[in-house]
Amino acid sequence: MTPEKIAAQTMADKPEIMVRVENLKKYFPITRGLIFSRQVGAVKAVDNVSFVIKKGETLGVVGESGCGKSTTGRSILHLEKPTAGKVFLGDTNLASLNTEEMRLMRPRMQMIFQDSYASLNPRHSVGKIIAEPMVIHGVQNFNKRHARVMELLDLVGLDPNHFDRFPHEFSGGQRQRINIARALALNPEFVVCDEPISALDVSIQAQVVNLFQDLQQKLGLTYMFIAHDLSMVQHISNRVAVMYLGKIVELTNRKDLFHSPLHPYTQSLLSAVPQPDPETERTRHRIMLEGEVPSPANPPRGCVFHNRCPLEQPVCSEEIPEYREVRPDHFVTCHLADDKGGSRIPV
Amino acid sequence: MSTILKVQDLVTRFYTFDGVVHALNKVSFDLEEGETLAIVGESGSGKSVTMMSLLHLLPVPPAKIEGGQALFYENGNAVDLLQLSKAEISKVRGGKIGFIFQDALSALNPVMTVGRQVSESLIEHLQMGQEEARKRTIKLLDYVGIPGASQRFSNYPHQFSGGMRQRVMIAVAIACNPKIVIADEPTTALDVTIQAQIVELTQRLQKELNISIIWITHDLGVVAGMADRVLVLYAGCPVEIAPVDELYNHPSHPYTIGLIGALPRLGEVVSKRLVSIEGSPPDLLEAPHHCQFAWRCQFAFDRCWQEIPQSREISPGHFITCFYDVNNGRPCNDA
Repeated sequence: MTPEKIAAQTMADKPEIMVRVENLKKYFPITRGLIFSRQVGAVKAVDNVSFVIKKGETLGVVGESGCGKSTTGRSILHLEKPTAGKVFLGDTNLASLNTEEMRLMRPRMQMIFQDSYASLNPRHSVGKIIAEPMVIHGVQNFNKRHARVMELLDLVGLDPNHFDRFPHEFSGGQRQRINIARALALNPEFVVCDEPISALDVSIQAQVVNLFQDLQQKLGLTYMFIAHDLSMVQHISNRVAVMYLGKIVELTNRKDLFHSPLHPYTQSLLSAVPQPDPETERTRHRIMLEGEVPSPANPPRGCVFHNRCPLEQPVCSEEIPEYREVRPDHFVTCHLADDKGGSRIPV
Repeated sequence: MSTILKVQDLVTRFYTFDGVVHALNKVSFDLEEGETLAIVGESGSGKSVTMMSLLHLLPVPPAKIEGGQALFYENGNAVDLLQLSKAEISKVRGGKIGFIFQDALSALNPVMTVGRQVSESLIEHLQMGQEEARKRTIKLLDYVGIPGASQRFSNYPHQFSGGMRQRVMIAVAIACNPKIVIADEPTTALDVTIQAQIVELTQRLQKELNISIIWITHDLGVVAGMADRVLVLYAGCPVEIAPVDELYNHPSHPYTIGLIGALPRLGEVVSKRLVSIEGSPPDLLEAPHHCQFAWRCQFAFDRCWQEIPQSREISPGHFITCFYDVNNGRPCNDA
């Protein structure tokens, strides 16, 4: 199925699309030679990815380290220039914009990073950090900016009187709240959250996740929520994309993904997630994957998952499977997937 | 089953320029033979410090172990690990007690082949000859699931992937047939499918070699399926210890209840709002003179601010350190 069709399909049931990604690719060149450097290969960090994010929803993106989930997020915001492919924010094709036009688009889309300490300038006070996007994007009046900073601090659950403190005076969870406040300063529509809670303690994670959900309700935000914790992604997302070696292997709504996953990788990933329940843990069947994720510089031929797949067929190592809609709104990249359980790993 | 390790009232403090950090306040637990004890807590709760105190791995100063004992039982004799000399404790470390660290890349020596790192402890502790140690090392590497063990013997740590490095660490830990293996967040840096492999490997080793495992983690999910008992630490204080089923089904300390409520479950169709514990952990620079959790506790009442609660048994093997009786919704009288 072509990306246009995918987009048209999704348009039909809900007209408002926030972000549309078509055949996005991001390759990092591998070069050799210092003076006469030449390209000898490429790390295919993101390889031909297409999907849409609807307005007001949360798209969760999960996968193991190195699968390209962060690069996808960064490429969508054009923090990394994509090698190929198109990204539409609303109706605007971001690839067609020049630097100035891009700058004017930035307030509409923001990012929250994993490392809350590294992403805050240690020499700036919190007030200055949160006001900075407004300075850059032309809110000239100091009092106006200050009022907005106060409002934002209150919104994310921090004490507005702490605006003159520095990042090191806050705990990890509070620093992540500062990051959120800064991202919201310009009233964005779309926020990419790149593992925003992975560095936090369990009890703090829940606070921040609840904050994300409250803000979404209050401000009508659209999230792309990147994480490796499947339980948390299930909790926060409306739809979930599973990535493996630069490709989306499965994308569907939350219920279908967690209750009837079609791709063998999703099935094994779900079975590997430890559950905080001793009874389930003892009785459940684990699908053990052999080996580890191959290098994205030298991905396997055919289906990228075939060398670890328990259902491998001859066709899997020869032909690259198509990213197709197997069931309504359920996209899978697998030769064997069909509506009758052809890709189900027997227990 | 008999007790193999008994830790009582362990107190560890750090003397820093900013003041005294009260890292451990009377931590007690025991470990049975062949059992897996999980120690769960957030960062700064003292779970790693507990283990490092036992094995004299903390730098002194700033660290100072100020009280308690750690009895290690062997053939009916008890030795207090905390009283051992430098030479004596290094016989225990790597010999009778193996250690698996979180970050395998920094725990392994980058300029030494993997084979030598495993055989080093064999030569040191079991007085094996080079050739014998080499043979046993290859067997060990093979045993922990490293393919092509005899070729990988002379590889360096950077040539291994994260999961494989953790397997090498496990080989080092079990090399000398230890009685206890302490695993400090062994799967935290790993991806979930690799984590499952390591957990499975550890469980197999435990069954086959009959070792006791202390598994330190912040993840209540990982230990649910493998631990026999769980100890929950908060700000250097033990708050709850119970058999695994009891802890997950009837958590009784407000902190444990919050911790379990904060975890979303896989397979929930409708997601409820997560239960979050408001606030953040206390500053350990202050000497505790009341319950450390009182600031964040929704049930805290006068007494919680006046004295330090003592551990009490609420059902067989289930101890909590709290004045409040959550099940009946009122302060507990007999504590």
